[in-house]
Amino acid sequence: MSSTVRLSVNGQAVDVPVGASVAAAMAQVSLHFRRSVGGTSRAPLCGMGVCFECRVRIDGVAHVRACMTPVREGMQVQSHD
Amino acid sequence: MSGAIATYDLIVIGAGIVGASCADAASADGLRVAIVEPGPIGGGATAAAMGHLVAMDDDPAELALARYSLQQWEAFAELKEAEFSRCGTLWVARGEAELDAAALRVARLGAAGVEAHLLDAKTLYELEPALAPNMSGGMLVPREAVVYPPRVARYLVQRAQSCGAHLYAGRSVQTLIRGGAQLDDGTTLSGPVLVATGCALPALLPQLPMRARKGHLVITERYPNLLRHQLLELGYADSAHGDADSSVAFNVQPRPTGQILIGSSREFSATDAAVSPAMLQRMLERSFSFIPALRGLQALRAWTGFRPTTPDGRPYLGAVPGTTDQWVAAGHEGLGVTTALGSARLLLDLIQSRPPAIDPSPYAPSRMAA
Repeated sequence: MSSTVRLSVNGQAVDVPVGASVAAAMAQVSLHFRRSVGGTSRAPLCGMGVCFECRVRIDGVAHVRACMTPVREGMQVQSHD
Repeated sequence: MSGAIATYDLIVIGAGIVGASCADAASADGLRVAIVEPGPIGGGATAAAMGHLVAMDDDPAELALARYSLQQWEAFAELKEAEFSRCGTLWVARGEAELDAAALRVARLGAAGVEAHLLDAKTLYELEPALAPNMSGGMLVPREAVVYPPRVARYLVQRAQSCGAHLYAGRSVQTLIRGGAQLDDGTTLSGPVLVATGCALPALLPQLPMRARKGHLVITERYPNLLRHQLLELGYADSAHGDADSSVAFNVQPRPTGQILIGSSREFSATDAAVSPAMLQRMLERSFSFIPALRGLQALRAWTGFRPTTPDGRPYLGAVPGTTDQWVAAGHEGLGVTTALGSARLLLDLIQSRPPAIDPSPYAPSRMAA
């Protein structure tokens, strides 16, 4: 059994260890997680589900906290713009 | 300041959207204005409101006031502080009976000079694809808009101040006295008073009945392009203007940021400001039945507010019966933002003995003295 999973981040394939967070996988590709209402680029701050700065779109569902979501094989992750 | 006396041409008590509009109109008229507000500007019903500028046509008097006021809101369309968004109002018909009623409303609004169109089901779904299936059609009022009320209230107060108005911030009126008002710090303000304290009206004018009608609102995260119009069910007026002790109606608004504001509820007997989970659930279920996709969204915050409600649903605008130099502008219930500017203009015309642009008699507070 493979100890890594492959997911897609903004259309790019990323391999990360089983049990990694989406935030960790996302960070392999870009530190732009989402755009604030004021138009600035945002990235994870607290890493523990409190600040909501790391929200991304996962498998079509908007505003999911990347830091709180473990990766799954085949997951489609997109930054929020 | 204790024991001090200051003299004004008009003392506006309360700086919600209604008091702020009155202070602004009075200052623009050249009056020396005092504004007394114990809390934040626009911090009561104004801050809790949806900010939907809407003409309700079930009462001809209310429609005349709304129409008059909506014309004045046009001057704010480009103002950054207003966050004015001309999303239009889309009234949704569930069933042929509601669509037939909508045709009457289109005619009534048209007669009052408000552009409105009847929509068949096909057009309705083109305009709002997220609506649940089996809606019959609707009515579009394309020129209506939404604003951010507390910011407008603050802008109006600042504009009044730039014309010389004096803001007594953090002060409250303890009592109305002959020829003025007494503040809680002992200051006496001398001059005609205009009471615009909404739900708090009975503290100063107990002879004018006022009830607080509680409402809930929920705001979501940003979901741009899910909805395009301020949406209401055509049965809304039955909830808004009915006498049931509690009711909910589908009333959902896309904010310019992409956030979605979900209402609405009405309760007479609930007097505490706490969010009621049961009422919230009832309100949300109603909204999900019209827009199923709302169920999957993340809510950020829920809050409540209280609408100042008179026995006949019309605001008090005019002289306080049996008094000299006491005026009132309060009791706009859910239409205070829509009708604030028109109310202020009407009241200033009465105070300045000018002929008002619309008939003031339906709003005369003296109707309660009869």
